[in-house]
Amino acid sequence: MGNFIEIRWHGRGGQGAKSASQIIAESLFALGKFAQSFPEYGAERAGAPMRAFNRIDEKPITLYAPVENPDIVIVIDPTLLSAIDVSDGLKKDGILLINSKDDPKKIKTKFDFKDFKVYTVPASTIAVEEIGRDMPNTPMLGALSKISSIIKLKDLEEKFKEHFTEKLGELMVGKNIKAMARGFKEVKE
Amino acid sequence: MGKRLALTGDMAAAESMRQINPDVVAAYPITPQTEIMMTFSQFVADGLVDTELVRVDSEHSAMSACVGSAAAGARTMTATAANGLALMHEVVYIAASTRLPIVMPVVNRALSAPINIHCDHSDTMAERDSGWIQIFSQDPQEVYDHILLALKLSEHPDVLLPTMVNQDGFITSHGVEPVEILDDSVVKTWIGDYKPKHTLLDFENPITVGPLDLYDYYFEHKRQQVDAIDNAFKIYPQVAKELSKLTKREYPMIEQYNIEKADHVIVTMASAAGTTRYVVDQLTEKGEKVGLLKIRLFRPFPADQIVNILKGKKSVAVLDRSASFGSFPPLAEEIRNALYDEKTKPPVYSFVFGLGGRDLLPSHVEHVFKGLAKGSFNTKTIEYLGVR
Repeated sequence: MGNFIEIRWHGRGGQGAKSASQIIAESLFALGKFAQSFPEYGAERAGAPMRAFNRIDEKPITLYAPVENPDIVIVIDPTLLSAIDVSDGLKKDGILLINSKDDPKKIKTKFDFKDFKVYTVPASTIAVEEIGRDMPNTPMLGALSKISSIIKLKDLEEKFKEHFTEKLGELMVGKNIKAMARGFKEVKE
Repeated sequence: MGKRLALTGDMAAAESMRQINPDVVAAYPITPQTEIMMTFSQFVADGLVDTELVRVDSEHSAMSACVGSAAAGARTMTATAANGLALMHEVVYIAASTRLPIVMPVVNRALSAPINIHCDHSDTMAERDSGWIQIFSQDPQEVYDHILLALKLSEHPDVLLPTMVNQDGFITSHGVEPVEILDDSVVKTWIGDYKPKHTLLDFENPITVGPLDLYDYYFEHKRQQVDAIDNAFKIYPQVAKELSKLTKREYPMIEQYNIEKADHVIVTMASAAGTTRYVVDQLTEKGEKVGLLKIRLFRPFPADQIVNILKGKKSVAVLDRSASFGSFPPLAEEIRNALYDEKTKPPVYSFVFGLGGRDLLPSHVEHVFKGLAKGSFNTKTIEYLGVR
């Protein structure tokens, strides 16, 4: 993977895909890198399939179009796997990070993802255990940090604290950061 | 020293409004502008600005309240989009004709019907003859910078006209990017206090605003309005230069990218200019001679500068994000009009793209450049990029 990296997030409205992509962009700005974070807005409603995108580079980015050939696809909601082709346009040997309790090999075979590196992390289980409800975006961020060189876990944690302490309170931020750390540890290839 | 923030275009607009600290803001929410006023209302509630926020019942009322407040001598702002701008339409003309320097971020969105919340330029193009200055922004950084620039330009005594600062709905308004913000004190010092020469509240020198003006003087007033917007050509570069000193960024009325060596040029505005620039880089690497001309200032239209740049080129494509039903779209008409008097001029091809938020992909831009090189387009017809 070069300096120019494109990520596509698949989730459902309300699961935090947009926020997660924003946290990545903000964490990278803080490190002096350039990034875009933008959601795809259709009819805005909780539960509807939605996509969000990141573009990352060492230099300013002027491309304003959806990501067509991502390097990384992140699936926050595993029910989308049988609803849409989440690997559409994903580069050969690209990363597919999925919120699932299943073994990556099982998913690779079941959905014919043989051209990609498939990782799974039980993000919903972690979220329910740590945060108290199914908000899988923070464990997914932790997992992304582990499997790619995009961002370090501590940089994500710092930005999350800064961004959400006022909104969520210290207790909830602490729980999310723990969920992030577990995502980092529990992701499997 | 300023700071670097992660902001959407809407948040960037609200941030410059916070630093301007207008006396009065009157606004009504509409997607995708809502986040500007939502963010700014929070600033008001938190006591970060001294602004009198007028929560009106419609956009028509918003612009009416702005006209009243600006005529009273208050530094006045609002923001809108799409159908909201259309509902303002009557009073948009009145603001310009009354020579009131209101600054209005406009988050460009398709006009109905069918209803659509996504980007095109049909909303702002419907106001192109209203007498407002119109500036187009490529990204959140430009949104922030342009609003500061617009305030100084609008309030200049030789101009005294309102300005719309356009940004692309969702593409820019809801996309997060790095934005460098000046220090509050730097902005405060640069914009200074607003001291209009004539105001409704100056009881020592009473004036009448908006009286009946029939065939005896109306034409002369319109003629003065023509001179006022032409004066923007003179004042804009001065203001842009001042702002550049503070930000270290440049704001030419038109921006050239890779133009000098280019045979074939695309002319476009707003976020599409960013995507075109990306494609220009890719094609230049492959040895193709292509360039981009980005229009920042659309009203007044800097035709003279554009002619000098385009007249020696082999071909020009103009990409418009709005249609003009029954004729060629707005930017293409401007470019052709500008080149008409030249003895040697390139063929100008017209393209419409992105209506209702349809994406402009790099492949669309490549298609245009390749067609220009091959000479495969026709000047008599309009091409539609990305339509099925």
